[in-house]
Amino acid sequence: MRLNFGILKRQKSPIPGFGLTMGYTIFYLSIIVMIPLIALFTEAFSMGWQAFVDASTNDRVIASYKLTFLTSLIAALVNTFFGLIVAWCLVRYEFFGKRVFDAIVDLPFALPTAVSGIALTTLYSSQGWFGQYLEPLGIKVVFTPIGITIALIFIGLPFVVRTIQPALEEIQIEQEEASTSLGASRWQTFYKVILPTIFPALLTGFALSFARALGEYGSVVFIAGNMPFKTEISTLLIITKLEQYDFAGATAIAVVMLVISFVMLLLINILQRWSSRRRGMEAI
Amino acid sequence: MKIEVKNLTKYFGKFVALDNINLEIIEGELLALLGPSGSGKTTLLRMIAGLETVDDTDKGEILFNNIDVSKKDIGDRDIGFVFQHYALFKHMTVFENIAFGLRVKPKKERLSNEQINKKVTKLLELIQLDGFANRFPWQLSGGQRQRVALARALAVQPKVLLLDEPFGALDAKVRADLRRWLKELQEELGITTVLVTHDQEEALEVADRIVVISKGKIEQIGTPEEVFHNPANEFVINFLGNVNLFHGREEDGRLDIDSSLENEDNNSKFLIRPHELEIVSVNNKDAILQAKIRYIQLAGSQVKIELTHLENETRTVLVEISHYEFREKNIQKGDIVGIRPRALRTFENGAGI
Amino acid sequence: MKTRSNSQTSLDESKAVQYLLITTAVLFLGIMLVVPLITIFVEAFRKGAEAYFTSFNDEYVLQAIKLTFITAAIAVPLNLVFGVCASWAIAKYSFFGKSFLITLIDLPFAVSPVISGFVYILLFGAQGWFGSWLIENDVQIIFAVPGIVLATIFVTFPFVARELIPLMQEQGNDEEQAALLLGANGFQTFWKVTLPNIKWGLLYGVILCNARAMGEFGAVSVVSGHIQGVTNTMPLQVEILYNEYNFVAAFAVSTLLAILALLTLVLKYILEWKVARELKKLKNEE
Repeated sequence: MRLNFGILKRQKSPIPGFGLTMGYTIFYLSIIVMIPLIALFTEAFSMGWQAFVDASTNDRVIASYKLTFLTSLIAALVNTFFGLIVAWCLVRYEFFGKRVFDAIVDLPFALPTAVSGIALTTLYSSQGWFGQYLEPLGIKVVFTPIGITIALIFIGLPFVVRTIQPALEEIQIEQEEASTSLGASRWQTFYKVILPTIFPALLTGFALSFARALGEYGSVVFIAGNMPFKTEISTLLIITKLEQYDFAGATAIAVVMLVISFVMLLLINILQRWSSRRRGMEAI
Repeated sequence: MKIEVKNLTKYFGKFVALDNINLEIIEGELLALLGPSGSGKTTLLRMIAGLETVDDTDKGEILFNNIDVSKKDIGDRDIGFVFQHYALFKHMTVFENIAFGLRVKPKKERLSNEQINKKVTKLLELIQLDGFANRFPWQLSGGQRQRVALARALAVQPKVLLLDEPFGALDAKVRADLRRWLKELQEELGITTVLVTHDQEEALEVADRIVVISKGKIEQIGTPEEVFHNPANEFVINFLGNVNLFHGREEDGRLDIDSSLENEDNNSKFLIRPHELEIVSVNNKDAILQAKIRYIQLAGSQVKIELTHLENETRTVLVEISHYEFREKNIQKGDIVGIRPRALRTFENGAGI
Repeated sequence: MKTRSNSQTSLDESKAVQYLLITTAVLFLGIMLVVPLITIFVEAFRKGAEAYFTSFNDEYVLQAIKLTFITAAIAVPLNLVFGVCASWAIAKYSFFGKSFLITLIDLPFAVSPVISGFVYILLFGAQGWFGSWLIENDVQIIFAVPGIVLATIFVTFPFVARELIPLMQEQGNDEEQAALLLGANGFQTFWKVTLPNIKWGLLYGVILCNARAMGEFGAVSVVSGHIQGVTNTMPLQVEILYNEYNFVAAFAVSTLLAILALLTLVLKYILEWKVARELKKLKNEE
């Protein structure tokens, strides 16, 4: 074996370039991603346990976790519900403008978050198109957790739709025909046959949307108002700490957020495996 | 070019893909590597091509005209390889596919564009696709694609042609035509050719010699006649077509069926091909067993008759006879008849016919 | 496998349910996505076309546009080269630890943009690991263009690779092996055989990568230092203009980014269709 990266053992291949491409991949991955992330964890370790716990669990930080989690959770739930309806309509029905709507679902991926942020803030402010009608009803969106949730719904939606769509497309029509021929109503067929089949995809979409919301910054920061204990999300708190040159504080929160992200990533990987295995079973 | 494979053993992890293979491929012959899927036949072909390498953990060597090529780059082996799924370059026309090998040569060896044109045109004629130069692979039928793949391989004037299940993805009619065409072409060019196949009919029809492979080992090497009529062992018999298994004892050139010997060792096993059995009247004294006719298949070149043992209805016997003989004997479904081997040869290791 | 066609009738929901669902979906997409998109353009032109165009007659805005393009022009090619290398190494060979490597390549998508920027401060900031060395040698990364480029590379890191890996795995090695057997060298094989086969997927990855590179806000915001005319990209300039209550200018710059986004969506749509067709062709051939 000419090259051996420890774990990356391989069978010899007649195709040239393994050393070059794998070498460059590992090198680039290390300098851009691995070393910086390791730096973050090293920094956290050097703080000492007590300092880390103090910095990552003081009242203001805890309040930001609560807010971030709660708004992300609500946003992901809303997205899962409406995302299912949107995906269902895009896959199953024909209607005017379907292609445009299908394409526009990806808008939150493509639109810079700062632009989404100011657009949403303007819409829901007291003079805005939506805000002027909501405010008289006593619903204040801008600078409240509701605003944060709306921004998180915006950026999380494509994850749900784009995960459910392929799962819906792959459902075998025979299953539904069988269910209907056995006397099930349309609703029973949906509830007992379709929903269980796409459930892993639904859960994956929810998890992706939730994970994205936890780390979001750009679209939220304008509409949130950023009041400590009230509308200050965790990512914003990291930036606040940085601006105050409180590197230890920023590091502690970043590590907590990062660990949660990794757990989510692991969970999503497991879900996706489950989802594709279930799809594989259906091909039988 | 003469190819020798000496003591070749190939591992994939712990799996032994090839187990001490020794083989000599004679200049100018068409050799078929025949075996079931997973037998190692494709691995052997790919190792000759250099697509699989002799790694440090593997053993043995591959010689081209007495020179070890185990460590040689695959581009320098003078090999033409035809893949099962053609592996045509999707984005290139038929012409460019065939010209590829000529165009990638180093500058000083490269032919002029004019010469390349001439050569490719000639190859297109050879594969009978003259008008197809500007088509793309996806605009061709499977058989046409396979011929383009062959022309592409031949363009660089290889010394050996290696074919990996070349007709595997084609339908029966096209396969039979292409087979004959390939055989004629190979004889005309006189190029040493190795063909991998799992289809015994294909091997029997085109090959000068057949190598039967199973589980990484060579079971038999011989001409089609030898392999078919003098199979070396049970595996070869089974693999080359349908066969009936009887248990019994041989006495004075006569077979005594005795199903109580079923669980005995190999010495009581007899394998007889369907066309080597004859249907006779039920009390014929040469009959080795009595049976009832269960199913008659008239379609095909031979009449295929399925019978069940009279004493044990779960056991079946297959007999093939000519249509003439079938009409002569007026055989009907449900008849009780006797079965007799047309000729009983001597058995080696109790496994042959 | 039989899948559902749109002409099926026996299994369809009643018309009323269909209308209800379609109305819900359209309203939701309209309120959540379409109206915010329209707002950008309406707000930009609120004070007329002249005010809109005057917004661009500003040195800082022009500098921001320039910096955005420079950043993308560095980050995208670097990630492109990486993506091609990584997918070649992953798709063309079998080795132990492959799925772990793929997970590592995907990692930046799981990291919050803010943290993506922050990690570089820990490395290259004044108090960072290399901080004192950088100060001694008068190299500035954080609060300067290199930092912005680095953060952008980080957040757009997986785009090309994750597009190419499945595509190249699907296409297998046969064509490359055929080319090598015909005497092509490694470079010829890549250039003449592999690249034409992956070009649409590659372009797709590049377009997504570019959209994110030009539009990234969080990560860049952390390392930029917000020096107008020096370290502000377009999204950062939007933030500053908005916070200065210069709404027309903020939305005017936003329209450029929105047009970029729409262009990206159109190209994405076309390329998805192309890639799907390519894959179909591949399946036909077998």
